[in-house]
Amino acid sequence: MSENMVIDSGNARQPFNYSVGLYGSKFFKELKENKRFLGVKCPKCSKVYIPPRKVCGECFIETREFVEVGPRGKIGSFTILRYAFIDPETGEQKPVPYGYGFIRLDGADTLFQHYINISDENKVKIGAIVEPVFAENRKGTIRDILHFNIVD
Amino acid sequence: MENAAIIGIGMTKIEANKVRETFADMVWEAVNKALNDAQMTINDIDNIITTSNDFWDGRTISCMAVGDASGARNKNVSCVEGDGTFGAFYGLTRVLSGSYGTTLVTAHSKGSESISSLITNAAFDPIYDRSLGMDMITACAMQATAYMYRTGTTSKQIAQVSVKNHGNAKNNPMSQLPMDITVEDVLNSEMISDPLHKLDCSPVSDGCCAIIIANKDRALKYNDKPVWIKGVSFCSDSYFLGDRDLSKAASLTKATNAAYKMAGINNPKDEIQVAELYDAFTYQELMWLEAMGLCDDGKGSELLENKYFDIGGKLPVNPSGGLLSGHPVIAAGLIRIAEIVKQLRGEAGKYQVHGAKLGVAQGVNGLAGQSHCVWVLGKEK
Ligand SMILES: [Zn+2]
Repeated sequence: MSENMVIDSGNARQPFNYSVGLYGSKFFKELKENKRFLGVKCPKCSKVYIPPRKVCGECFIETREFVEVGPRGKIGSFTILRYAFIDPETGEQKPVPYGYGFIRLDGADTLFQHYINISDENKVKIGAIVEPVFAENRKGTIRDILHFNIVD
Repeated sequence: MENAAIIGIGMTKIEANKVRETFADMVWEAVNKALNDAQMTINDIDNIITTSNDFWDGRTISCMAVGDASGARNKNVSCVEGDGTFGAFYGLTRVLSGSYGTTLVTAHSKGSESISSLITNAAFDPIYDRSLGMDMITACAMQATAYMYRTGTTSKQIAQVSVKNHGNAKNNPMSQLPMDITVEDVLNSEMISDPLHKLDCSPVSDGCCAIIIANKDRALKYNDKPVWIKGVSFCSDSYFLGDRDLSKAASLTKATNAAYKMAGINNPKDEIQVAELYDAFTYQELMWLEAMGLCDDGKGSELLENKYFDIGGKLPVNPSGGLLSGHPVIAAGLIRIAEIVKQLRGEAGKYQVHGAKLGVAQGVNGLAGQSHCVWVLGKEK
């Protein structure tokens, strides 16, 4: 009984087809075709949410009005990831370091998360102005944005 | 509220890899310890709540896999997905409903069996967030940045939480990482995700905890050392992290105020003698303390430096060593409750807080503290 046995799950996968819904479809279509960000505005508290969703949680009311936000914004918070880590999309190890940020896109009340270009780490600060860099071949996913660059 | 008590606790040792044990083996150990502690048999248990998470367990309907080890055969058993404090909350409401005199609550997980960052990544929205690869550590690193920016708390200051808690763990035989370290050791440890160093983060752990809750009549029938549930509440914030002010824990403040009100506490700073909080990361202990009104907003670091939160200080926090010294997800919050029970009974051995009569335990569910469950426990009815 000295051996500690384990059973390996192998490369078992659980594939899903996540429905993005009507709001998500509009968001990704605008992103892909026009490089524009769409949020939604609450009819009661006027808060502008991104990503768009059907309900304002604070007011428990349905949002119907789409509004354009960004593309520029300000860093609300950030981190620089330095530990080796597996990309959930590819299963490969992602090169580190790289930056993540919560970005308050102009006109939005909530923060949007994405990568931040950290080629100059000293410029990565709360309040720094950023703008998105889009992929050439956009597929209607969140990776249609490559990352945000810090604007001087 | 003086209608229910915790009358039994049991936990496994927290370890990095319990390779010799299955989930059910861990549950069996904790449940039997809790029954022995309460001087009960499984026949005295009226119903059971198991707490688990399917992703961590690598199977669906994971709660049912530990039914037999929980003594649930031929009994009413229900399940909670999330932290053990939330499972205990459900267990308590079942006792208060009058339908059951006693509830056994279990909570378990084995972080060792999977890749933690992939499990916590899967908690993010698959449409907007998940493919960016964010996980619990990166989300909390951004929360740390926001909290430290708002309050002016420094890396050196949060490092002291790690020094204190790993030091406290030296007196707790159940903890995984008792360590003698200095602030310099924390600051020199590998930078994981700015501003969090390796020693600012809790480890990956395996473990299980069980508690037994009884109504006021049954509470006095067994071991005669009930710890009374004085106030409990939980409250949730938005799912999308970007919707929240990450530098504050608004839902924790709401949950805590409701629990204090129920317990008749007007001045928590003076009335509570011990706290076990969900310190998954160093900065969180300070952030939670401030949100719970146990010190002024932004002042946690200063009090920490003055040894206010040490064993022997005005308000000892995580005398057991906390999650920084062992973090079995799901079980972690239930362990906080069990540790407060030990303190109020005077059974905490070398990490006993002398004269503790009223204590508070906190559990967290969701990313970067989306929801919080707060328990105020008392020695006196
Ligand atoms: Zn609203």
